[in-house]
Amino acid sequence: MRVTFTVNGRRHEADDVWEGESLLYVLRERMGLPGSKNACEQGECGSCTVRLDGEPVCACLVAAGQAEGREVVTVEGLAAYARERDGTAGTGDLAPVQQAFLDAGAVQCGFCTPGLLVAADELIERTPEPSDADIREALSGNLCRCTGYEKIMDAVRLAAARSDAGGAREVV
Amino acid sequence: MAPPSGPAGAPSTLGQGAGTRAGVGDSPLRPDGTLKVTGEFAYSSDMWHEDMLWGCTLRSPHAHAEIVSLDTGEALRQAGVYAVLTHDDLPAAVKNYGLEIPDTPVLAHGRVRHHGEPVALVAADHPETARRAAAKIKVEYRELPVVHDEESATAPDAPLLHPGRDDHHAGHVPHPNIVHRQPIVRGDAAAAAGRADVVVTGEYEVGMQDQAFLGPESGLAVPAEDGGVDLFVATQWLHSDLRQIAPVLGLPEEKVRMTLSGVGGAFGGREDLSMQIHACLLALATGKPVKIVYNRFESFFGHVHRHPAKLRYEHGATRDGKLTHMRCRIVLDGGAYASASPAVVGNAASLSVGPYVVDDVEIEALALYTNNPPCGAMRGFGAVQACFAYEAQMDKLAAELGMDPVELRQRNAMAQGAVLPTGQAVDSPAPVAELLRRVKARPMPPEAQWETVGGAPDVRALPGGLSNTTHGEGVVRGVGYAVGIKNVGFSEGFDDYSTARVRLEVVGGEPVALVHTAMAEVGQGGITVHAQIARTELGVTQVTIQPADTRVGSAGSTSASRQTYVTGGAVQHVCALVREKVLERGRERLGTHHPAWATAELLLEGGKVVTDGGEVLASLADVLGEEPVEAEDEWRHRPTEAFDLRTGQGFGHVQYSFAAHRAVVEVDTELGLVKVVELACAQDVGKAMNPQAVVGQIQGGTVQGLGLAVLEEIVVDPGAKVRNPSFTDYLIPTLLDTPTIPVDVLELADAHAPYGLRGAGEAPTLSSTPAVLAAVRAATGRALPRVPVRPEHIVDV
Repeated sequence: MRVTFTVNGRRHEADDVWEGESLLYVLRERMGLPGSKNACEQGECGSCTVRLDGEPVCACLVAAGQAEGREVVTVEGLAAYARERDGTAGTGDLAPVQQAFLDAGAVQCGFCTPGLLVAADELIERTPEPSDADIREALSGNLCRCTGYEKIMDAVRLAAARSDAGGAREVV
Repeated sequence: MAPPSGPAGAPSTLGQGAGTRAGVGDSPLRPDGTLKVTGEFAYSSDMWHEDMLWGCTLRSPHAHAEIVSLDTGEALRQAGVYAVLTHDDLPAAVKNYGLEIPDTPVLAHGRVRHHGEPVALVAADHPETARRAAAKIKVEYRELPVVHDEESATAPDAPLLHPGRDDHHAGHVPHPNIVHRQPIVRGDAAAAAGRADVVVTGEYEVGMQDQAFLGPESGLAVPAEDGGVDLFVATQWLHSDLRQIAPVLGLPEEKVRMTLSGVGGAFGGREDLSMQIHACLLALATGKPVKIVYNRFESFFGHVHRHPAKLRYEHGATRDGKLTHMRCRIVLDGGAYASASPAVVGNAASLSVGPYVVDDVEIEALALYTNNPPCGAMRGFGAVQACFAYEAQMDKLAAELGMDPVELRQRNAMAQGAVLPTGQAVDSPAPVAELLRRVKARPMPPEAQWETVGGAPDVRALPGGLSNTTHGEGVVRGVGYAVGIKNVGFSEGFDDYSTARVRLEVVGGEPVALVHTAMAEVGQGGITVHAQIARTELGVTQVTIQPADTRVGSAGSTSASRQTYVTGGAVQHVCALVREKVLERGRERLGTHHPAWATAELLLEGGKVVTDGGEVLASLADVLGEEPVEAEDEWRHRPTEAFDLRTGQGFGHVQYSFAAHRAVVEVDTELGLVKVVELACAQDVGKAMNPQAVVGQIQGGTVQGLGLAVLEEIVVDPGAKVRNPSFTDYLIPTLLDTPTIPVDVLELADAHAPYGLRGAGEAPTLSSTPAVLAAVRAATGRALPRVPVRPEHIVDV
């Protein structure tokens, strides 16, 4: 079958898609967007988290055909998505949450990072000043095996504080 | 090989690089960080090649069976299938591989020895086509009885996993189903037991833990025109893979060119081969690039796990809390193939007494061959299992003596100069008592953090969490302590070296260092540290890290907490060679310009050659000109020696790493649910090469220890079959399971190690588990001799 949907603001089309292929497979193997990760392919780890019409979903649990005609945002488009949403055109190549993950040391092997970034960005969009318990709850569907999560907590706090402080301003 | 390089990188008296930004001791950002947050970093499962095929592995559904017949005809006839391979298709005389003992068939030969053993391979134009074709391979099995524990494996008539063993352990083991056995005898435990006022014994059990790295086993093999193959893969040690892959392919090593792809975590689980040979075989058979990516189900069968263990301990002490003696017996289940079992036995035996001084010991550790899943390397191997048991014993002893458990530990804590059961003296700082003091001195986390001002309790802070199982009723707090000791680097006489190549050249008018090693960056941040070392040693700002591949010599394994020490040591050493060459060239070219070229001690700093008095003699760009300076060398830590097979005596380890934890838990004593509230750690890292990264290592290791304490176990039934190969049923800690982890980093230099550093990655995984268990015991009053602890262990059901 042919599937057509929008990814990161661009129309993508894939031909000869087998009906059993997941959105994750089509993104990674047919559309050249391997940023969303394949850690479990069973909806348990969150490493393939993308936005589907704004909702964070595990792309491995969405059949590619279900995305037909819809809007997908992946980690590759997160910076542009955040720029457009926050009205911060031209303020850098990374979304605030991406920069915060780097600054806080929240990236080790990085395999969980794309899914966590999409989920954390959505959390801050929805809850600009999340409590620690809010962060833990919102990101509890994203497994990380390297960091012990402490620096991920730091990163999300930092990203929230920075966006609260008006985007580019440094928060110590 | 080069002779050992001399005195192991003692800090330069000149303070080389002291003023360098983003050098040793700073926390610059990861060089791979931006790619990792934008999704552009190419992991091994992201590899793609025009016209590539997908490989798939058919695995045994039985734990032990004879393969009566194997028919690939129907699978081969499927549209889109390019190849189906079995053991009969292997191209070379060598058909097995293995880290130390080559006992593992590339594809099963007439017999499968564990659930999930690879039997056949398929290459097809779509992964689903490959999977469906694999399902059409007809294999007729005749099931055989399994051995699954010590009793069944060492019975006189037990079926042998590997009849006719001729490996170097075969001669000294008491039964052919024992991979390796290491006794250690020191002093006279029987006589010392007579001096004990109190004796405590215990039997403990550690379940089978999985590394659960998130990036699945995967890679891409591309056949080359010269008959060789280019392999892009995630591994922990490229050259160890190469040594095992090439003979099975019937190729010389230079025709198997390996490049490290992005590695999504490792934790020991990538020390053994997984899909490497399989992808190469399919690529060579089809003449097309072949990609293999395991899904999570297959990943649970695709790598070895942490050895489950049964441990029996006896400790004695005098009334004032001095240990008199220790006896222990540690039985590790190595499963069907040897993997790293011999080294795990060595660690378990030599570290079985923990970071304590006990002069009179009788120790025995062994690993079994069984039909259970193969077990091998996982973070802290051997030492993790022992630490769980000896720390439980210390608490038991303290209770028996009516003594504070931290004080008992401190009274027996080893310090620099202490002698281990192996007779080896600990010749660098061993701040065991101080680490305990630090975690104990920390303020306690506030009580009842679930309480909110005037509102309903926040159940997210309670045991059971969002399941809303309690609002505080039946919840009891407990506090527990533990400390552990881990060896750093490969031990027991292994020639543990790393190779580095460093080039200094002028690019766009600025000096740039190029660092090339085969070190596997698996997430730990080794490449960040290499760049820091190059900046410090060469006084430059710009450092480029070359991709790791087999075009440079071995960097050893990213294991055993060794990479910063050994490959870091190699980078430091080779940078020093480059520096000497630069200064030599400077003297030749510019020596006449200033007398200091001949008379002063010279440093490279800020892109310039300066005297130790701070006077600038020349820019590096002027000294180098158009010609780069390059050096390559191997570097090794001081040699170790094998443990005596009878007495266990020997200078077996090169360095030790120590960490202590305090766990604060809250237990719903009615439902048996545990909430870890805080898990504080203190660790000596010798030198914090990158303070941010080392804290990240400590926190990550701590949480893996928490997982083993309360969540993680691969459940293997008595028929030796794996029952929970998924993240639905094998649970690793989520953010809601994880507490705050305050970390206290000590930096007591080890004079033998580069910059005084101490390998840091594993120690926090040791003491985390027993600290949590001690806290749960304190809250419940239960003995809890097994990890992971489950609700049914806490409440009677």
